[in-house]
Amino acid sequence: MQNKLFYILATVLVGISFFKDRNKTKIALMKAWKSFQNILPQMLGIITSVGIIIAFLNPERISSIIGSSSGWFGVILAAIVGSLTLIPGFVAFPTAAILLENGAGYMQLGAFISTLMMVGLMTAPMEIQFFGKKSTILRNSLAFLFSLIVAFVIGKVVG
Amino acid sequence: MRFIKKYLIFIISVIILGITFIFNSEIGITAVDTIGFSFKEMFTVLPPIFILIGLLDVWVPSDTMVRFMGEDSGIVGILISIFLGSAAAGPLYGAFPVAAVFMRKGVKLTNIFIFIGAWSTTKLPMLLFEMTSLGTKFALTRLAVNIPGILLISYIVNKMLSEDEVKEMYKNLEDS
Repeated sequence: MQNKLFYILATVLVGISFFKDRNKTKIALMKAWKSFQNILPQMLGIITSVGIIIAFLNPERISSIIGSSSGWFGVILAAIVGSLTLIPGFVAFPTAAILLENGAGYMQLGAFISTLMMVGLMTAPMEIQFFGKKSTILRNSLAFLFSLIVAFVIGKVVG
Repeated sequence: MRFIKKYLIFIISVIILGITFIFNSEIGITAVDTIGFSFKEMFTVLPPIFILIGLLDVWVPSDTMVRFMGEDSGIVGILISIFLGSAAAGPLYGAFPVAAVFMRKGVKLTNIFIFIGAWSTTKLPMLLFEMTSLGTKFALTRLAVNIPGILLISYIVNKMLSEDEVKEMYKNLEDS
């Protein structure tokens, strides 16, 4: 649905752009292709390696480690797993729901979901390429620490 | 040779995938499923985003971007950054090229970090999905804590980088 909107928006804007200035439109499309090409090699690497990692981690195994009685130890483990992986939301949320059914705790899932979204170890090389080492390390470690706060609040409110 | 170096991680992953298949075809199939899903996501979600990046690069003058999201953009710049990040689609790696164009156009660094933070955590369609999977209370609590977190992290990272380092970042993107 949202994706369709983006396609419509892109098509309409390319149309307008083409109508106004053919040459500029050509440059814009070439720039688009160049930025795509730029991230393609790393993107392919990320997608395949993450796919393999996810396949090795089955929900039962994870749930047994990050159960509701696992406390902060489980929270930190969940945060580490979340930082390592980069799972598309449409896979991550159902997976989290299965983990919940298999006995994972809310606090631990809070850490997992938050690091999953904010911390990206697999995307770090790409982030470094754009923003440099220092900024990437700072942003990711702060996000990691912050996810522990998220876990704490979720544990208090939901768990 | 350059090609191999660029695609090294991908090539290694494919080899590991092959080995996985030999020893445990079940895990191999699960991996291929996930990889296929991600590829599909990549090729359906990313093309319009990159086309929009190209158009923005060519048509929107730097002055405009600086005015709305630059050094003196204040609260308006913050709100636009959150809005643009939340409206976006696709995984985090899609955010970096967009951020790069923003930086080339003079958007200030805190707003760049806010944009990336919003892209990763406050997407509306994802939130609805999170609500149905993990419950409304879980999703809204996480969002309520994450939004101030994004702002906080953006300001801290910005503060911890020296002026020269920030300049260096912007310069590096000019060349790419």
